[in-house]
Amino acid sequence: MFKLEKKETIDQSSFYTVPLIAIGCSLIFVFILFLLIGKNPVLAIFIIFIEPLLSIFGLSELVVKATPLIIIALGLSIGFRAGVWNIGAEGQFTIGALFGGATILAFYPTSGIWILPLSFFIAIIGGVLWAMIPAFLKARFNTNEILVSLMLTYVAILFLSGMVYGPLKNPDGFNFPESRLFHDSGTLPIIFPGTRAHIGFLMALLLAGLMYYLLKRHKFGFHVKVSGESSRALVFSGKSTNYMVYLSFIISGAFAGLAGVIEVSGPVGQLVPAIPVGYGFTAIIVAFLGRLNPLGICFAGLLLALTYIGGEAAQIRLGLPNAITGVFQGVLLFSLLAAEAFTNYKVSLKKMRGNF
Amino acid sequence: MQNILEIDGISKSFSDIQANNDISLYLRQGQIHALLGENGAGKSTLVKIIYGIIKPDHGSMILNGKLYDPNTPEVARNEGIGMVFQHFSLFESLSVLDNIILGQKGNQKKDSILERLDDLQKDYDLQIDVNKIVATLSAGEKQKVEIIRCMLQDPKIMILDEPTSVLNPSEVEKLFNFLRKLSKQGMAVLYISHKLHEIKELCDTSTILRNGNVVKSCDTADVTINELAQLMVGRAIDNKIKLSEPKQERVLDIKNISYTNPDIFGTSLKEIKFNVNFGEIFGIGGISGNGQTELMKVLSGEVGLNDGNQILYHNEDISSLDINERRQREIVFVPEDRLGHSAVSSLSLSENLLLTNLWDHNFFSNGVIDTNYTDEKTSEVIEKFNVQCNASGSLASSLSGGNLQKFVVGREIIKMPKLVVCEQPTWGVDVGSASLIHNYLIEISNSGSTILIISQDMDELRSICHRIAIISNGVISKPYDAKRITPADIAIEMAK
Amino acid sequence: MDLFIAIFQGIIIASTPLVLAAVGELVVEKSGVLNLGVEGMMIIGAVTSFIVTYETGSHFLGLIAAVISAGLVASLFGLLTQYLLSNQVATGLALTLFGLGLASLIGQTYSGISLDTFPVFDVYLLTEIPIIGSLLFNFDYLIYLSIIIVVSVYYFLNKTKLGLVLIAIGDSHDSAHSLGYSVKMVRLFAIIFGGSCAGLGGAYLSLVQTPMWVENMTAGRGWIALAIVVFAVWRPLWILVGAYIFGVLQLYNCTYRLLV
Repeated sequence: MFKLEKKETIDQSSFYTVPLIAIGCSLIFVFILFLLIGKNPVLAIFIIFIEPLLSIFGLSELVVKATPLIIIALGLSIGFRAGVWNIGAEGQFTIGALFGGATILAFYPTSGIWILPLSFFIAIIGGVLWAMIPAFLKARFNTNEILVSLMLTYVAILFLSGMVYGPLKNPDGFNFPESRLFHDSGTLPIIFPGTRAHIGFLMALLLAGLMYYLLKRHKFGFHVKVSGESSRALVFSGKSTNYMVYLSFIISGAFAGLAGVIEVSGPVGQLVPAIPVGYGFTAIIVAFLGRLNPLGICFAGLLLALTYIGGEAAQIRLGLPNAITGVFQGVLLFSLLAAEAFTNYKVSLKKMRGNF
Repeated sequence: MQNILEIDGISKSFSDIQANNDISLYLRQGQIHALLGENGAGKSTLVKIIYGIIKPDHGSMILNGKLYDPNTPEVARNEGIGMVFQHFSLFESLSVLDNIILGQKGNQKKDSILERLDDLQKDYDLQIDVNKIVATLSAGEKQKVEIIRCMLQDPKIMILDEPTSVLNPSEVEKLFNFLRKLSKQGMAVLYISHKLHEIKELCDTSTILRNGNVVKSCDTADVTINELAQLMVGRAIDNKIKLSEPKQERVLDIKNISYTNPDIFGTSLKEIKFNVNFGEIFGIGGISGNGQTELMKVLSGEVGLNDGNQILYHNEDISSLDINERRQREIVFVPEDRLGHSAVSSLSLSENLLLTNLWDHNFFSNGVIDTNYTDEKTSEVIEKFNVQCNASGSLASSLSGGNLQKFVVGREIIKMPKLVVCEQPTWGVDVGSASLIHNYLIEISNSGSTILIISQDMDELRSICHRIAIISNGVISKPYDAKRITPADIAIEMAK
Repeated sequence: MDLFIAIFQGIIIASTPLVLAAVGELVVEKSGVLNLGVEGMMIIGAVTSFIVTYETGSHFLGLIAAVISAGLVASLFGLLTQYLLSNQVATGLALTLFGLGLASLIGQTYSGISLDTFPVFDVYLLTEIPIIGSLLFNFDYLIYLSIIIVVSVYYFLNKTKLGLVLIAIGDSHDSAHSLGYSVKMVRLFAIIFGGSCAGLGGAYLSLVQTPMWVENMTAGRGWIALAIVVFAVWRPLWILVGAYIFGVLQLYNCTYRLLV
């Protein structure tokens, strides 16, 4: 009978080897999948994983897609380290987009450099408020934050829909369910002319650097570290577990909300019901793939963004459905989880010793 | 009456600890046999061997005249051994009846179980409302469910592990009546406990374990409580360093701490009152599980007190201060568990140093950790307290128990604190490190620190304390002079 | 009257996939496991049943395919979480993503094709009863099966020893383990059962509700099923209530969109 025993010490190299093994396994799987559906696997892999990196446009699109993933994942990683599961980032993202977008629309057609920062601020508040609901319920009533935050996502999406069909609808828009396009002061500046790459990416990198520094050198990072290892030690050091719950949700709610307003004031440029496209869920994969580490998250975010871009390219060039992206992401996460199990635990053959 | 269970020369060791060393014990039908000893004496190991949870290294057992070598608890149960553990395996959200059904093998009809429950009730007065949800039961009632589960298997031997730790006096009486009825009908009872008073009242035979060995096995009627205590607890050890006389100035004044523990397996504190003087080493002794952990949590601030004015420190009421606010007043804490409480095994020694210094601005500038300062301080601790390790960056998990404990204690006393509150400071520590830790404590006490030490090691307390009080069932005794306390005093206080 | 009957039937048809997915997940959660991969398992059931039915002409074989394929995917989740001790949340999400993607991939060539309508029950005498007849007896057999499954789950959990064991494992897996019960095995079976039910729910979508395969046709029903389980406070009979309420909402949503 197999038995898994936790290893005494986890060697540091597993930090790199686990994601690499996972990526390797996923590539093999996808290679075989392409063969099975009759497409040239080498070509497919080239188009999906290599080609986007070969053009400025490809790289810029990569950056656009990676931005929300990285930002949300950075926020989630704090909670995940501490064992607090915010699965509702998609909802907080949506509320952030809504609040931020509504702020921008409120000041149409005034121009001013303060509009964007203000809308960011409002969006962050929105994300935090939305995240406070599962946090409060968990701290006070010990409810399962997974289910609460998840269900609130649905509510947020409906809320957005309602607002866009209603009060926020573009009066000059032929009754389509979409808001006015954001004016210049409500649009993020582009960093590479001719592309869609906006400063949101720089913000994401900045946040990652900040997060890295805080986690490594600041008291806050120390609390997070201790909390993830032992809640009794956390209390002994002077903080309560509820403190961690609130802190985790505030941060992930804020980051998700920020990602939301960046997305609408950047690539989307308006409010539509289809703002939420799953970044809040994909960011969970990014966080895990990046081993909950800010630098790792940046790489993981770029990798997963690559699968989106490449997937779109594959759709156009090879007639592959967009779904291949989802398959790859799913397999990647599966492989990661399996690889992690094998590096953290020793598989040993033990005689069945009864059920104690 | 013949022997129903013979245990011959059982030995078992874990890594380098000899948990059981050549233990022999004979259990007769109809006998209520006490198994006595402090924590760590080897009682649980022996019982786990009897119940088939662990295999012994050497020795053998004979049950009903046949060789008995169980691989699993199921085998033990089939052979007629029933066990009531200290911690129950119950399902809180289900009814008593469902819990009983789940404790039985196979698909027995509900009606037949109800019928047998009826019989048990008649014969042994085991009354319980089977439709009640287990979460609503008292500890005593929950134990009854476990006993019923056992009884339905028709055991010939019943083992009970510290059964009265969760019972009130009238429940204890009922349990004793039940056990006496069992014994009259020929059932052998193995009763694990450290409550000498109860053992004298209930058990006809006693086997005393100490450090894995059988110290004595005799008829309970032939020994006094004092003698039992002495056998269990051991003899005094000479002092190492001379203790200096404490001043008459009060440092810590515990007025009246009462704390109701939300966990039924925990102990509640009842009107704890004592005070500690400047430069004194004050010990609180007693078998663990009598309120020590709760007292530690209350003193450190991890558990808050509702009323104020219960803990006075240099005449300041610190009852509502949190742990870091207490640390700011130069009070330090060393709790019992060094894995996961006072230290985190996967963090480095430097990081573990920070754990109790988060209130100290010297370690931070604007919240950013000053790693140089931290490493410096860590190296100081390592050097001064002889911690064998590679560097300040070593993970806590790479240190041996003794070295980690030296670090954990050293981390606190290097600050020359005014008050040290520690719990089991040398538990699981090798003799050399334990000795060093004792000397460190005595040294700082001589330089003016006050120390409160909670320990179940009476030898330790008698060798380094000025005064000792005993805590039992959440109640603290009057303080005794450490040089004059006798095993009899200890036994009497522990039996309360 | 005809309109009323049509609406009633519409509600039942809209709710049935939810009933199936939710009752399966209820059993899983009762055993102490949270499987966030319901959406993925549903869509796998939807696509495999469609393909098999289209290729073989048999609805029944399609249903079998759904049960087996979704069950297989669920067992992957079970193996990872129970035996490799991987994180339940992440594994469930991976399952959803993977399922959605894989389904789209293999369903690609079948997009937009329509099938024969699913056979509707036609018990000769019973359907003749005015009103009640068309109300209660004019459904396809999957609807009756879904109700049978719900009642069976109710019976299983409340009246059998194995059901009691499953609930006990969900209550305290430590206590169950010390009493000698095989926690992992029971949970694995619960997970596979949950997956198969979700697969059936998905099959209902592609074979009965809109006898067609469309990418992402589950449209979040898996997540709604998770919510229904909570709404029903983990009681099987209340699953029906919750599912029918959401069924009404879904129907309303669809009609509203059509009318507006």
